[in-house]
Amino acid sequence: MLSNTKKAVTLLLVIQLGACSSLGVKPWERDLLAKEEMALNAEGVDLGLDDHIYFSKEATSGGRSFGGGGCGCN
Amino acid sequence: MAAPAPDFSVGDSKLSDLKGQVVYLDFWASWCKPCRKSFPWMNEMHGKYADSGFTILAVNLDSDSELAQAFLAKLPANFPIVYDPQGTIAQQYKLPGMPTSYLIDKSGELRVAHKGFFTDRAQQYEQEIISLLNETE
Repeated sequence: MLSNTKKAVTLLLVIQLGACSSLGVKPWERDLLAKEEMALNAEGVDLGLDDHIYFSKEATSGGRSFGGGGCGCN
Repeated sequence: MAAPAPDFSVGDSKLSDLKGQVVYLDFWASWCKPCRKSFPWMNEMHGKYADSGFTILAVNLDSDSELAQAFLAKLPANFPIVYDPQGTIAQQYKLPGMPTSYLIDKSGELRVAHKGFFTDRAQQYEQEIISLLNETE
C-alpha cells in the first residue's frame, strides 16, 4: 500500500518535469513584450527617479550595485 | 561551425534548392530595432553580389503580418521575405537572439552566425560574404 503511494508520488513528480521543458519566452516571441504598452512605466523621468531611489537604498545590501553608502544622498 | 543548415520549405521551394549559392539567412521582426539598420545594408549587399551567386533570405517572425508589412513599407526590401509567424523555422535554428543571421556556403553548410546587427561590423560581414563567394564548391 505504501509502495503504491510512493509510486504515485514519483509518477506525479516525473509528469511535472515536462512542464520545465519550455520555460520562458523565446527570443523571437518577444513581439508582445516589445509593445509600448507592455512597459512597466511609460514615463521616462518617473522611471529614472524610481531607479535612482532603488539603487541608493539598496546599495548597502548589494541588491543591485555597490555604489554609494545607502544614505540615499548620492 | 560547419553543420548542414537545417532545411525548411517555403511553398514549393526549399532552402536546399539554393545549394551552389552563398545564402545570407536573416531572421527579423518589425519590433526588433537593429533589424531596421540591417535592411539598408542587406539591400546594398543584394545589389552588389546578387549577380555573383549570393542570395539573401529574410525570415520574418512577426506573429501579426500586418506589422511586417508596415515595416516593409518604411524599409522596402529588394530581396525575398519568408513569413514564419509560428516561429517554426526559428525553432529549428534555435535563435540565440534577435536579429540573428547565418551565412550558408555553397555546399549548404552553416559557416557564420551573427547574433545582432552592428553597423560598425558591416565591413567584416561583407568580407565574410566575399570569402564564401570566392570558395569553390
